[in-house]
Amino acid sequence: MNTPRVVLVTGVARHLGAQVAGRLAADPRVERVIGVDVTAPSGELARLLAGVELHRVDLRHPEIARLLGDEGVEAVAHLAITTAVDSQPGGRGATKELNVIGTMQLLAACQQAPELRKLVVRSSTAAYGASFRDPAVFTEDTEPRESPRGGFGRDVLDVEGYVRGFRRRCPDVVATVLRFAPFIGERTGTRLNRYFSLPVVPTVLGRDPRLQFIHADDALEVLHRAIVEPHPGTYNVAGAGVLTLSQAIRRAGRVALPVVEPGLSAVAGFAKTSGVLDFSLDQLDLFVHGRVVDTTRLVREFGFEPRPTAVAFDDFVRGAGFGPLGPGRVRAAEQSILDSIRRIREAVEGER
Amino acid sequence: MTGVEFEASGTEPTTSEGDVWDRRMAGLLSLLRHRLTGDYEVDEFGFDRQLTESVFLPVLRPLYRSWFRIETYGIKHLPEDGPALIVANHSGTVAMDAVMLAVAVHDEHPAQRFLRLLGADFVFRMPGLSEVARKSGGTLACNPDAERLLRAGELVGVFPEGFKGVGKPFAERYKLQRFGRGGFVSAALRTGTPIIPVSIVGAEEAYPMIGNIRPLARLLGTPYFPVTPLFPWLGPLGVVPLPSKWLIEFGEPISTEGMVDSADDPMAVFNLADQVRETIQQTLHRLLERRPDPWSA
Repeated sequence: MNTPRVVLVTGVARHLGAQVAGRLAADPRVERVIGVDVTAPSGELARLLAGVELHRVDLRHPEIARLLGDEGVEAVAHLAITTAVDSQPGGRGATKELNVIGTMQLLAACQQAPELRKLVVRSSTAAYGASFRDPAVFTEDTEPRESPRGGFGRDVLDVEGYVRGFRRRCPDVVATVLRFAPFIGERTGTRLNRYFSLPVVPTVLGRDPRLQFIHADDALEVLHRAIVEPHPGTYNVAGAGVLTLSQAIRRAGRVALPVVEPGLSAVAGFAKTSGVLDFSLDQLDLFVHGRVVDTTRLVREFGFEPRPTAVAFDDFVRGAGFGPLGPGRVRAAEQSILDSIRRIREAVEGER
Repeated sequence: MTGVEFEASGTEPTTSEGDVWDRRMAGLLSLLRHRLTGDYEVDEFGFDRQLTESVFLPVLRPLYRSWFRIETYGIKHLPEDGPALIVANHSGTVAMDAVMLAVAVHDEHPAQRFLRLLGADFVFRMPGLSEVARKSGGTLACNPDAERLLRAGELVGVFPEGFKGVGKPFAERYKLQRFGRGGFVSAALRTGTPIIPVSIVGAEEAYPMIGNIRPLARLLGTPYFPVTPLFPWLGPLGVVPLPSKWLIEFGEPISTEGMVDSADDPMAVFNLADQVRETIQQTLHRLLERRPDPWSA
């Protein structure tokens, strides 16, 4: 009864958006799914989007308001908030435009949509910022002490600010903000996958941040539930438990390469201006401070427990394959040392 | 039966010694394998139990036993399980007392409990140090972390004097400094956790601070730049602590049950903080009488 009949999903030209839209289209409770993005989805994503009505719309264009009204959209899932600098021509500036101005315009259009009664926004745990005075575990009520240095973190803060304003103006619309931990999964090609697949994995010298991940499949499940069920409020979405960065690198069988922080800041600055490298101050903040969130509220209200961070990560490692220091080799080395000790002892005792 | 035993004891000596070493070697290798493959658990605060048990504590133990010859009293006041807030005096320039208190709690308590220390943000700003602090069970001294640990049933250690305590000159030894804003009391009240006052004698003499080079401290961004009889004169050797004799007394728990409502009442918080402070100060005087010579055996 509460399930919206017409759902509009933004960001369907990206993997997450396409998967969410495709899954909604397969849900018999949802009658129509409208997918929008500035670019047309690639061939691979188009397969996921069977049954989704696609529109090429820029969120910053008034057309989106017309679409919301004419089609009688009842729920909006705003997923067109991206970290990526690589996919956008124009680099960081263009990404910020889409994230922040896109959200602002979309929410303005939502305010005028007559049938709308639900809004789901993809946010990130980057909303908690990064400071040495932060508590170890963030609950949804923790205020950021210092705003993040990275562009994406700032975008997320802006986006959440707009959602707060929207909630005040449209109290009848159920608004859900999902703060996701970094995604990880079997699918290759995500930023984290690329990072953990490097021959030597750069880390910050003297820092071993606590990390949390959310399995991409569980993120989909949470998004789906947020759209078809009423869950007003803000929720942290992450796998329970923690891996430290060094531990994660070892689990992937890789070798860490600690680098002093000023060096990495310089690299991040270079990446920002040149747009060549997929590395920003967002990652650097994460790799200095780490980020752990409390998911009690999610588990209680959604009745769903994402798989633990360690399990999600191991799932990713199985898909990506181990590096040179995989558990098989380490175990073999251990065995060979034990064997050689035994042989030496036998030889010595034999002489005696 | 006796024959078998006789035979065993007759032939075994060399091989059983070898077996012990074999087992140690195998244990060490399997530990190494767990570390190398990331096959261990870290809690949400970053506490690495395996690393603490197999590296940190064994490294500190000789210091605890042979160097400072630490004696503890009243360990029975620590709960068998469940939470308690351990509040202690702070001294000795480099916070060695916090580390030794953690060893005392683990090694002297029958359940070998871990002390979760709360540290200043300065600790978590320092690369390297921050990670050792987290891996050994420490976290930032702030109310959300303290309350989260207490709700999880942990033993939490806090030093309300902070840098005023560790950084005070040797002339003011064993004089408790002001207790901050009493945030630790409100954490205990809000979670209904007993407060256990702890008095530590000996840390003051381990690194007696006879001077403070302020310009250097400002340059390095540290709260102070200590001058001790050995540091910085002896260079790296100056970090060796003097072998003072230490006594640690765990006082009787102060119950806070049913006082949740007082957590926001500054008067109640202040009074309780004062009570804890007085208890520690008096116990310090008593312990000092028991140890007239700081270098005694």
